Amino acid sequence: MSRLPENSRFSSRQGMQSPGCLASHISPHLKHCARRRNPYIDCIKAQFQRTLGMVKAIAWVVLWMNAEPSLAAPAPGIQSPREPFETTSFAVPPSRIDTLISKRLAKDGLAPAHPCSDAVFIRRVFFDLIGTLPTSGEVTAFLADKASNKRGKLVEALFARDEFADYWAMKWCDLLRVKAEFPVNLWPNPAQAYHRLVHTCIRNNLPFDRFARGLLTATGSNMRVPEANFFRAVPNREPRALAAAASLAFMGVRQEGWSVAELDSLAVFFSRVGYKSTKEWKEEIVFFDESKPAATTAVNMPDGSQLAIPADRDPRTVFADWLIKPGNPWFARNFANRAWYWFMGRGIIHEPDDVRHNNPPSHPELMAYLEHEFVSHGYDTRHLFRLIVNSRTYQLSCIPAGGNPRAIELFGTYPIRRLDAEVLIDAICAVTGTTEEYSSAIPEPFTFLPDGTRAISLPDGSISSSFLELFGRPARDAGLESERNLNPSGAQRLHFLNSSHIRAKIEQSRILRKSLRSADAPNRLATDLYTTILSRPPTEAEKALFRDNLTASTTRKDALIDIIWALFNTTEFLCRH
Amino acid sequence: MSSLNPYRNDFSSLPADGGGPGLPLSRRHALQCVFGSSVSLMFGSPPLCAQSPTPPTATPVPAVRAKAVIQIWLWGGPCHLDTFDPKPAAGADYCGPFAKPLDTKVAGMRINELLPVLASQADKLALLRGMTHGINAHETASYVMQTGHPEGGRIVYPSVGAVVSLFKGRAAGYKSQIPPYIVLTEPQGRFSEAGFLGSKHKPFATGGNPAKSPFAVEGIVAEGISEERQRSRRDMLHHMDSLANAAPDHPAIASMRRCEEEAYDMILGNGSKIFDLNQESAALRDQYGRTTFGQACLMARKLVENGVPYITINYQGWDTHKQHFQIMRRQLPEMDKGVGTLIADLASCGLLDSTIVWWGGEFGRTPKVQNESPWNGGRNHYGKAFCSMVAGGGFRGGQVVGSTDARGEEVANRPIYPWDLVGSIYELLGIDPDASLPHPLGLPARVTPGKDEKLPSGGRLREIM
Repeated sequence: MSRLPENSRFSSRQGMQSPGCLASHISPHLKHCARRRNPYIDCIKAQFQRTLGMVKAIAWVVLWMNAEPSLAAPAPGIQSPREPFETTSFAVPPSRIDTLISKRLAKDGLAPAHPCSDAVFIRRVFFDLIGTLPTSGEVTAFLADKASNKRGKLVEALFARDEFADYWAMKWCDLLRVKAEFPVNLWPNPAQAYHRLVHTCIRNNLPFDRFARGLLTATGSNMRVPEANFFRAVPNREPRALAAAASLAFMGVRQEGWSVAELDSLAVFFSRVGYKSTKEWKEEIVFFDESKPAATTAVNMPDGSQLAIPADRDPRTVFADWLIKPGNPWFARNFANRAWYWFMGRGIIHEPDDVRHNNPPSHPELMAYLEHEFVSHGYDTRHLFRLIVNSRTYQLSCIPAGGNPRAIELFGTYPIRRLDAEVLIDAICAVTGTTEEYSSAIPEPFTFLPDGTRAISLPDGSISSSFLELFGRPARDAGLESERNLNPSGAQRLHFLNSSHIRAKIEQSRILRKSLRSADAPNRLATDLYTTILSRPPTEAEKALFRDNLTASTTRKDALIDIIWALFNTTEFLCRH
Repeated sequence: MSSLNPYRNDFSSLPADGGGPGLPLSRRHALQCVFGSSVSLMFGSPPLCAQSPTPPTATPVPAVRAKAVIQIWLWGGPCHLDTFDPKPAAGADYCGPFAKPLDTKVAGMRINELLPVLASQADKLALLRGMTHGINAHETASYVMQTGHPEGGRIVYPSVGAVVSLFKGRAAGYKSQIPPYIVLTEPQGRFSEAGFLGSKHKPFATGGNPAKSPFAVEGIVAEGISEERQRSRRDMLHHMDSLANAAPDHPAIASMRRCEEEAYDMILGNGSKIFDLNQESAALRDQYGRTTFGQACLMARKLVENGVPYITINYQGWDTHKQHFQIMRRQLPEMDKGVGTLIADLASCGLLDSTIVWWGGEFGRTPKVQNESPWNGGRNHYGKAFCSMVAGGGFRGGQVVGSTDARGEEVANRPIYPWDLVGSIYELLGIDPDASLPHPLGLPARVTPGKDEKLPSGGRLREIM
């Protein structure tokens, strides 16, 4: 214990957090940018702005003269926009992203899809940014808004929502393996503290370089300094395993992506991590263990540089500083690539956590552009998110223009993906006004969460439900993006089509009671149900179908149950689209 | 977007080096097994292998005998002293009120006094009294027992059922509409059962209660919704699914559609008939016990009859920290009726020879009763020594393998580690314990731990195979 205070002072001297909490030291974003301004970046930035201006000009001509298949208008021979999913014109101006995407599509003779409709956009961006179904009120207001920049405004509003932090904390806790029990064994209290830290960092928009450095250099108790759990959420505590965990999370390189020599060099930085328990039940201190031997020679880094580690310095800080320095070939690129993957369903380098020399990006210029934007904006994650979701590429329809599935891979459409398990059950609960029970049977005493807890806000991977397991919630064993399984399965369909769970939710639902009481004409009832469940009003054809279905069953109640059941079972409800 | 279908296992997911039913069957070895067993029976020597001086050898390879496994999982950890390894001589501090073990039809094999049906089937049971792994935490111990792999390391392995689903499921010609790996009734859920094999090898948990009529199997049997309404609903859904109708050829939509077809095969096909226990005689249902557990045992037999290769009965309520003996008095008779009748019933249907019944939990319980507060007569977790039981499917009955010391605290003879037991089960199923498993990252992964892992081992259960 005696060494600990000194270490904390050390990390404070580095301009980093004392072992209190990363989140408590978050400075406003602008101040941060000013602090990290440096001539190198400014030079690149200026140069880039010039190039960007030029490219923009060219792109403008190309896009609006419609000289080639572009993100401006569909190619000849393409079907006209399909109601209610598509529209004729884009709501946002073309961006650098769009130029690069359309250039690559044109090379393969592929056309992008039509622009998506406002109704599709609001549902999509709610799911993608905050993992939450928009309410019928939010949908109606958005559709009625006549402002030309309403999509951009909505994006900004979503950043400020609590669910934004809930959803992205969930994602990061998947990757950081935040789980009380087997095989990670963080224990409930530290797991929840760790989740809280990640949540706070996201809510306060902590720049990503500081987030990473905070985790990689943490010293202190697993319960009081939640960052320290980074070094506990690992399959084993050998230096190589710690290096593998750090490089997977922040460089997107898997253990197999390194040569033995490379991994051994990285392991040097984690060879003096110590662990010790205290008299408090399950408390554990992660610390810089100076009793372990220091590296005697400079370490050859995988980027070709050499790093010396002073014997009195925690080697982890040397690694972290190397990692987050602008120009590091992995750090910013990996985050940018993950962000693209989260929104576009496929990494520019794919899988997004399988960076290797023989796994090149599909769009090298786009990769470089996003990486540059991220660094030049002070590792502001929201800046990258904003760039992507405000692009025409993101706002394309999910229906491929020429029916060529290759266009899906090259980002010529928005990807159709089943909703995340947590998002799906939250959406069902929101529509029906019902709740779920979440508990963890281990360790004893059991953990039970309050009624009405939303699945996206569950703090610990050991707290679960059979629904979440069935719908591919990640086990948080491996820290891989692919651990979240979005593939549909027969058992999942069976659950939605015919389980007592979904059935009880429909039969007890608020929306059913409301519809039964309602004296509204069928068209208004249809509009209400469609807007609540599918986030859009029905088309004329759908209204006609609704009127028929309403009288098809023996009772009005059965008819409404069947209609709600069918809406829940549509591809449109079950998938991001 | 390929192989999104969990029940349609494409061949590409099979390990490169095969792994089909491939253990070479040597007639001589098979004869040796049979001969070996009859010798000990004929000469009336005690059939307790634990007392046999010859250690298990690694050479004979048993014949492929088993087609199915019924795993009776006693979640929480049943006490070895109060089930199949009684220690009346250790005194009341250890055996509590259970001082009079029952003699069985196998000379020298005694079990708890509340297990008369099992005692009557003792000639079919192999008691594994040397079980050990030393882990006292539920989740880790469950993982080790259910996968046959030690904890730690980079890989989270699939459970035995998921591995059986891989080798005996769709890719190996399994054709039933119901999934090849079924859990009665609630999912085990303590770890990701399918591990890295992915969701298509996850068990199908039936939900519902087989002791009620009808047994409302979650998703398959929906009370009060007629087949006609199911069909009209499906038509309605197809008309209302506007996005699917706008992009029918999209690969993601096509795969959703395939999953839906598969689900309707189960809803409208013969699935609901397989799960209908009313087709069984009332007398037999009574023998199993009209409890959730008893009827789950009967259901398991029906599933085996229908070709399902792996069934887990997830039997809760064995984590008895408090009121241990009160709970045992209530629960042991229920367990006895269910398991005892299942074994007798499988034998009378001619299915026992090809079905392994595997009884056990994640560990045993502390041999010394915790009489102090707050336990006041409970037993804690105990992984150092415990017991499992196997019957059928090529395991010889009337056997005891391994033994514990006078108080059931240490393994005295012939330790059996989880990988020894699980490897034996794989062998009898014709699954090569050394076969590779397909890992999504291409990491080397095997059905059971290799010799290079240098794990402690008592060897596979050759003495009873």
